[in-house]
Parts: sequence; structure tokens; C-alpha cells
Amino acid sequence: MKTRNHLSNVGVVNQVNVIENGLLDIPMLQILAPDGSVLEGAKEPNLDKETALKIFHTMQFIRVLDERMVAAQRQGRISFYLASTGEEAASAASAAALSFDDMIMSQYREQAALAYRGYTTEQFMNQMFSNEKEPNKGRQMPIHYGAKELIFMTISSPLGTQIPQAAGYAYGQKMAGNDALTICYFGEGAASEGDFHAGLNMAAVLNCPTIFFCRNNGYAISTPADEQFKGDGIASRGIGYGIKTIRVDGNDALAIYAATEEARKIALAEKCPVLIEAMSYRLAAHSTSDDPTGYRSKEEEAQWKEKDPIARMANWLVSKGWLDLDTNGKEVEAMRQDVLTELKRVEKVPVCPIDDLVTDVYSEVPWHLEEQLEELKAHIKKYPEHYPKTAGRIK
Amino acid sequence: MAQMNMLQAVNDALMTAMSEDERVMVFGEDVGHFGGVFRATSHLQEKFGRDRVFNTPLVEQGIIGFANGLASQGSIAVAEIQFGDYIFPAFDQIVNESAKWRYRSGGQFSVGSLTIRTPYGGGIAGGLYHSQSPEAYFAHTPGMKIVTPRNPYQAKGLLLAAIRDDNPVLFMEPKRIYRASVGDVPEEDYELPLGKAEVVKEGTDVTLLAWGAQMEIMEKAAVRAEKEGISCEVVDLRSILPWDAETVCASVEKTGRLVVSHEAPQTAGFAAEVAAKVQERCFLYLESPIARVCGLDTPFPLAHEKEYMPDELKVYEAIKRTMNF
Repeated sequence: MKTRNHLSNVGVVNQVNVIENGLLDIPMLQILAPDGSVLEGAKEPNLDKETALKIFHTMQFIRVLDERMVAAQRQGRISFYLASTGEEAASAASAAALSFDDMIMSQYREQAALAYRGYTTEQFMNQMFSNEKEPNKGRQMPIHYGAKELIFMTISSPLGTQIPQAAGYAYGQKMAGNDALTICYFGEGAASEGDFHAGLNMAAVLNCPTIFFCRNNGYAISTPADEQFKGDGIASRGIGYGIKTIRVDGNDALAIYAATEEARKIALAEKCPVLIEAMSYRLAAHSTSDDPTGYRSKEEEAQWKEKDPIARMANWLVSKGWLDLDTNGKEVEAMRQDVLTELKRVEKVPVCPIDDLVTDVYSEVPWHLEEQLEELKAHIKKYPEHYPKTAGRIK
Repeated sequence: MAQMNMLQAVNDALMTAMSEDERVMVFGEDVGHFGGVFRATSHLQEKFGRDRVFNTPLVEQGIIGFANGLASQGSIAVAEIQFGDYIFPAFDQIVNESAKWRYRSGGQFSVGSLTIRTPYGGGIAGGLYHSQSPEAYFAHTPGMKIVTPRNPYQAKGLLLAAIRDDNPVLFMEPKRIYRASVGDVPEEDYELPLGKAEVVKEGTDVTLLAWGAQMEIMEKAAVRAEKEGISCEVVDLRSILPWDAETVCASVEKTGRLVVSHEAPQTAGFAAEVAAKVQERCFLYLESPIARVCGLDTPFPLAHEKEYMPDELKVYEAIKRTMNF
């Protein structure tokens, strides 16, 4: 049996030693200036034109989608929406630095990562209209996406639950000998949940190749970061758990790409977790059920609009000669049309038949659910006008 | 056949599952080199290595969160919660995650390869926090299976079935009889069916229904009642969710009487669900009200444990009341 000495790395002092300023100064990586020029001393990541444009177009698409779907919710066409305006770079550029085999476990504001993987406008609409074409069978509120073929785990509402799960998933990838890892997205508010602390500690102790990607956007619904935690952010938690940590400007697509690329390299080579904290701002409301005018000023929002990640990357792309603004204007218009067309088309698709109410609870439908379904169907048949979504399709 | 106690049978099942499939991993607090506080995981780490059998930090929500992720990846996760009383920090991960994983993803993803083992139950002077029987909380959770064995033979066969079942299973081990219950256990691989009750002893006058450690009490009460000429049919529910109403109701239709017993508090305990279903299906067969013999609706006591427990005498009295209604 090994002999252990947990004091072996602990020094000694002879006076009461109060650590008053234990917070580290953790600077954030920045590559692009707000005008899109590369900052002095910064190194552009090795990003080819095609990838750079894919990140950019993904961000633009998500902004269009977000605007349109918030409006659709206001019109009563969908029940709920959650925009990522101002934070598109954090998920699009990090997803770009991953391998397609890497599992994505997200929170709920990372639609750009999903779009980057290839989720189509139609798929977004199917999910938001909870229809029968949606692989999650219309069981969850809008924005709870999940796509097995894109290696994107279905989202759940409870905050932070995916954090220890990502440690476990990554452990399984490591044990299976896969050259792949798990990225886990969450917000700075979710980092107060017990699951965050549980998950980071487990990933560190059990050597799990997981990238924990925190979008610190300043607010958890209405609660500002300074009422959420002491200190300047989440990065120090990573260090406390013995996890390699990178802080990055969340509105700088190039910096996010570079940070995630490096994190991925470390996690796979050293079989360990890495924490990335992306410093950003939620320009959008928390969700369509929220109104930020009750807790923050227009001036504050205006300051952050100046740091718009899309404009910043556009400037850089133009300076590289990779983007023509006139052509891009037409591309964005085409995205708007696409979203509008799909929205109109998909909202007519019916929901799943009533039998799907009881499937997937278990691998097979047990006796008591069969019994309950039969009772329900008999009831619907008796009062079909009360259940118009399903009554017509009951045999 | 070998003589084993329940811990040895659990250990043997884990050995069997791990030998058969290298994707099986066993983990929890102290389960590694030490072999678990009850020694259910003894020698597993020696045999299968630290990557497959390991200690976790002391964080139940983390253990089950990790287990959920591991199972969703395709590994076969056997997580231990050291005592059923400490499962509650993991309540969210079980109720909102394990149980709903398949449903919320339309069957795209699942944690069907997850098994959570946990010792439960009283009678060991464990007081409030080493005695509880939390099955009813989880029985209210569609998507979970809940299984509990009454003896070593059942333990091995049901645990192997639980590990291989394509649904998350909460496997509750009656710790009072971990060492006390000894019996013949086949050395080879075998499974016992989930979702199926078993008629342990046939009888004609009254059905006695329980599960886990309470089965021993029911069998003793049956012997006592039979001395007075009351013929008891003793049924082990084995699976609490989904539960085998068919076998239970067939027995009640035969005997016309039912006594259900568990250690957990009476109010909203699983006996209540059984009673509701049985009166719904067997109303015209019932000769007397369905009786429940349960723990009191108090936290689990220490000094008054003996008085609290639904013991043989309390079951015996319930049988007589049922007969003399």
C-alpha cells in the first residue's frame, strides 16, 4: 500500500497568515481590437478562410434566427425563445476549434455551436414548433435542441446538470480510446450550482478530457455577476480545483478559437480537463419571458453593443480581403428569407401522434403505460373537439 | 452452487458483469482499493484495475451526474451511493436527468446502461440517517426502474439483470441482511426478471406482500399465522417500478385479502399505490380492507427503533384483523 503525506507540499509560517488578496489577476486573451485590427503582440490563430467565413456566417445566421424567433414568440407563434445576441462568437468560434467527434453538452444559449455543426433552419424550426419531424418528438420547450448525428446532447432545463455529466462522458471517451473529448457549456450563474463544483472536482480528480466552457455574460436572468459571486469571475474556480484555465474575450472570435484549440490540445494530450471563461455580455433578454429594462440601463447595453463580436470579426475579414460587405448584405437577406420561409412552412407540420406520449419513458412501453394510454385514447375519442391536435389521428 | 451471503452475491454479480464486458465500470465513495464500507466491491480493483473500479470524491450529485454522462456515452456505469439516506443530493440527477434522458431526447440518447446500487433499510441501530427506505420517492419517477432483492440468490440474478437492462435501475440492497442472509448461489451467470413479482409460498386465506428485508418478516409472520390455521400466500414484489400488479392481483383474487408491509413511513409509501391498484382491479374479490403495516410517519428513530419497525408481531396482528373483519 502506498504511503501518502498530504502535508508534503504545504509550507509553514510562524505568524498568523491571513490571505487577503487570494484572487489572482487572470487576464483575458484578446487578439482583435474592436475595429477588427490585430492587437500588437497578438498572434492570429491558424484559421483558414473557409473556417473563418463559416464561423462568421454562423454568427450572422444565429443573429437573424434570434431576431426572427423573438418576434415569432411575440406574435404567439411559438411559446418561448432564448436569444444569444452578443454572445454568438463564444459558441460559434469554440465549436469551430473542436473536432466533429467531440461531444457537445450545452446549456441553452449555444445555438451557434449547433448551427456550426450543421443543424439546419428546418431542424431549428421543427424543434421550436415541437412537431413530429423533430427527433426529440416535441417533448421539450423551444430551444432544447438535441441531435445525435451531430453529437450534440439533448439539452435539459435544470441548470448545471450537464457539468458532472460532461466529466463522465469524457471519461467514457477516454476509456474507449477515442481521440475525442467533451465540451460543456454553461453560464456564470450556473457556476453557482452544486453540480458545477461536483463536476469540476470530479473531472480534475478522475482526469477527464473535458473542456468546461463558461460564458460569463454578466447576468443570470436579472442577477448581476457581483450578486452571484465574489471575485472577478469563474476562472479562479478552475485554478482552485487544479484545472488548467484560460480566460478569453468572449466577443473576440479569433481569441475564442485560439483558446479552444489550445484547450483541446491540452485536454487530449494530458487527459485532463481545461476551463475556459469567456467574458461577454448578454445583449439579449434572458428569454422572451424577461424584460431587462427592469434591472439594467440602456447606457450599459450601448457600451456593449460597441463590442459586437460580429462587427468586430467583419472588420477583420474585410481587412483580410475575405469579405465583401455588399455581397454579405445579400447573404444576410437570404438568411432572413430562409428563416421566414421555413417558419411558415414548418408551423403547419402536426405534432407526434398521441401514442408517442408513452414511448421512450422506458426502452419498451410497460403494462401500466399501455393501460393509461388506452384509457386516454378512449377519452379523446369521446371528446375529440377538446383535443384537436391528436383526435383526428387516433385509430 | 456456493454458499454466499448477500454481500458476496452482490460482489459475485459485479465480478461476473465486469469479466463479461470491459465497458462495465464500478465507482463511488470508498469502493476502490478498500472495497466499499460494506465490502461489496472487494477485490474488484485488484482484478479489473483502477480505471474501471475507482473511488470518487465525496459528492453524491457528482457521482450520479458523472454516471449519467458515462452511461450516455455507452459505457456501463454501476455507481454506488454509500447509504440510501445519502442519495438525496443526487435526487435532481436521478429524477430530472437519469429518468428523463431517453424521453426528452425522443430516444436519441439514453442512460439505459446506468445502475445505481445503494444499501437501504433499518434494524441496524442506524438512526435517522443510516436506516431509511427511500423507494417511494423514486417510484414517483417515470423512467426509473427500482429493484430490491430478498436473499443472495435474488441479489445476484437481479443485479445482473439490472446492469444489463436497457433502462436506468435503482438497485436497493437490504443492508440489515447483507451478512445475515446466506444461501445457495449458482457460480455461473444467470439473470432474474425485472418487473416480475414472485410467489414465495402459496396459500389460500391472505396475501402477504413485501420486498427486500421485509420478506423475512413476512415469512415469519406467515409461520405464526399458520399455527392458527391461517393459510398465507407470501409474495415478493422484487421490482417496485414498474411493478407486477398482475401477479399481486391474481393472488388477491385467490385469497380475497391483502397485507402490504414496508419499513418506510406509511403516508404515501409504496403500499398506498399497491392498495389503490388492488382495490381498483379486485374490488369484488376483497373480503376485508387492505391492510398496511409500515413504519410510522416519523423520521427514523434510534432509541425506539424496535417499536418503530413493522415487525413480525405487527404483521401477525394485521393478518388476524384482516381475517376477522
